[in-house]
Amino acid sequence: MIAPVEPKMHTVSKALLPGRSFLKLDHVDKTFTRGAAVTEVLKDVCLTIEEGEFVSIIGHSGCGKSTMLNLIAGLTPVTSGVVFLEDREVREPGPDRAVVFQNHSLLPWLTVYDNVRMAVDKVFSAVKSKAERHDWTMHNLDLVQIGHAVQKRPSEISGGMKQRVGIARALAMEPKVMLMDEPFGALDALTRAHLQDSVMEIHARLGNTAIMITHDVDEAVLLSDRIVMMTNGPAACIGEILTVDLERPRKRLDLVADPAYIGYREAVLRFLYERHSYVEAA
Amino acid sequence: MNALTLTSDLAFSKDLVATPAGKLPAHVAAAVTHTHQATAAPLAVAVKAAPMASRQGVASARKYGRLKDILANIAASALPPLVVLAVLLVIWEIAASGPKSGLPPPSRIWAEAGDLIRHPFYVTGPQDIGLGWRVLTSLQRVAIGFSLAAFFGTLLGALVGQSQLAMRGLDPIFQVLRTVPPLAWLPIALAGFRDSNPSAIFVIFITAIWPVIINTAVGIRNIPQDYRNVAKVLRLNPLEFFVRIMIPSAAPYIFTGLRIGVGLSWLAIVAAEMLTGGVGIGFFIWDAWNSSRLSDIVVALLYIGLVGFALDRLVAFAGRIATRGTQAA
Repeated sequence: MIAPVEPKMHTVSKALLPGRSFLKLDHVDKTFTRGAAVTEVLKDVCLTIEEGEFVSIIGHSGCGKSTMLNLIAGLTPVTSGVVFLEDREVREPGPDRAVVFQNHSLLPWLTVYDNVRMAVDKVFSAVKSKAERHDWTMHNLDLVQIGHAVQKRPSEISGGMKQRVGIARALAMEPKVMLMDEPFGALDALTRAHLQDSVMEIHARLGNTAIMITHDVDEAVLLSDRIVMMTNGPAACIGEILTVDLERPRKRLDLVADPAYIGYREAVLRFLYERHSYVEAA
Repeated sequence: MNALTLTSDLAFSKDLVATPAGKLPAHVAAAVTHTHQATAAPLAVAVKAAPMASRQGVASARKYGRLKDILANIAASALPPLVVLAVLLVIWEIAASGPKSGLPPPSRIWAEAGDLIRHPFYVTGPQDIGLGWRVLTSLQRVAIGFSLAAFFGTLLGALVGQSQLAMRGLDPIFQVLRTVPPLAWLPIALAGFRDSNPSAIFVIFITAIWPVIINTAVGIRNIPQDYRNVAKVLRLNPLEFFVRIMIPSAAPYIFTGLRIGVGLSWLAIVAAEMLTGGVGIGFFIWDAWNSSRLSDIVVALLYIGLVGFALDRLVAFAGRIATRGTQAA
């Protein structure tokens, strides 16, 4: 009885118009060379992200999603092409592109507080006093609702809490872009839903720019303003970009039956399993 | 590969310190129990029998529960080795009491060298001092040599672990040098320092440094890429990276190296002192051999074994404190 809503689809144009943009990947290629073997991971990736946007990158395993994130983070150098952040070339990692790692990457010998405080001390040593740095650390830990466990070590808290601390650490750097590499991949479904809500709430409150890698179609549709869908590797590129035009704040339960939501979800699934179904390499 | 060999070395060195303790004279048992209790108490937690014993203790009387717990723990961990010790001493007594026996039985050792056990810290002349003093002199040398080895070993290990270039340049040299027996360094050291004391310290240093270097390097190489990425995103400078990431992350490996190193130092100092002379426990053994005081030698071996055991435990304990919380994130 309800006509399915046709999601807006854009195939990415190869030549981006020059001009100011917040984050821009300009004809980025990435190849890994090991001895004589050259693996082409990403080929001619162009993407522009505006300030405050929440963008998900989705694709099958091995399509170079993580590589793309690492390129933006500066952890891996591009083979050719350029990554621009606010019109400046990204050459190395830095706290303006904070990363939330898949396996949280907290330092196990530091307490929850010290893990975040270390980042705060490093980033704000010149501009904030000691007391201000303490307050800022606590503020970010409270933001992810972990204020009660600040003196615990990472080994003493649950996986979901660790990931919250990872997010707090990234937020505490006041990054221009927050990069999340499958941040909820290792969590159970309930914890994941809980953290997704937290991330949505924080994003709504701070209006920060975020790029998230995910395997999860629902997660991508629920959280994103746009979903970047990658073709299969090797030499993966951006297949399509789907703009998710759902009103915020989004409520998980309300969306379940929302035809627009279902339409977006279907579009992503069709891309992943019809047009670019996973080909077993071996 | 290196870590593997070193781990088996470690197990071997534990055996080394454990066995001489089993060969004590029967009359010494009391003295040993004393030392044993001190070291046994913290160990008792690990013994499986301990929790059972403690449950019984709580059931019988709440008031004396704690005291009973402690006594039960001590008994559970101290009794088995004491029984084995007693059996060994009896066998020794029987085997060595024949008229043609070359070695003294435990009873004669107690009669001849009991003073050395009863009075470790006597001083009756410049060359006639208690074994306690001699052990302390040796320990002082070990402390200096081992501290130097720990410091430079960690730095060199960090360098070799972090830099491919340094590893290619230094590792082959280390692998060759580390097989040189400690005492082979002594003549070179004597020629260089023209004095026996710094030479002995140098031998300790050169003996203990290799396991520290190699284990530290393995530890640094095993720092998870995630921690390195965190450091990169935060733009830690090399010094901050060394202090805040490298050392804590590699600490379990470093302490394994230190533990092997301290065992080797103690092995080397006894041998080095035999050759350099002076006041240490090593020279005491050599001196006793030259004047055919076999009983004294047996007592000296007892001292060496117990001190070596204590050193090993000390470094292991320090390691446990220092690496608390770093395991399994």
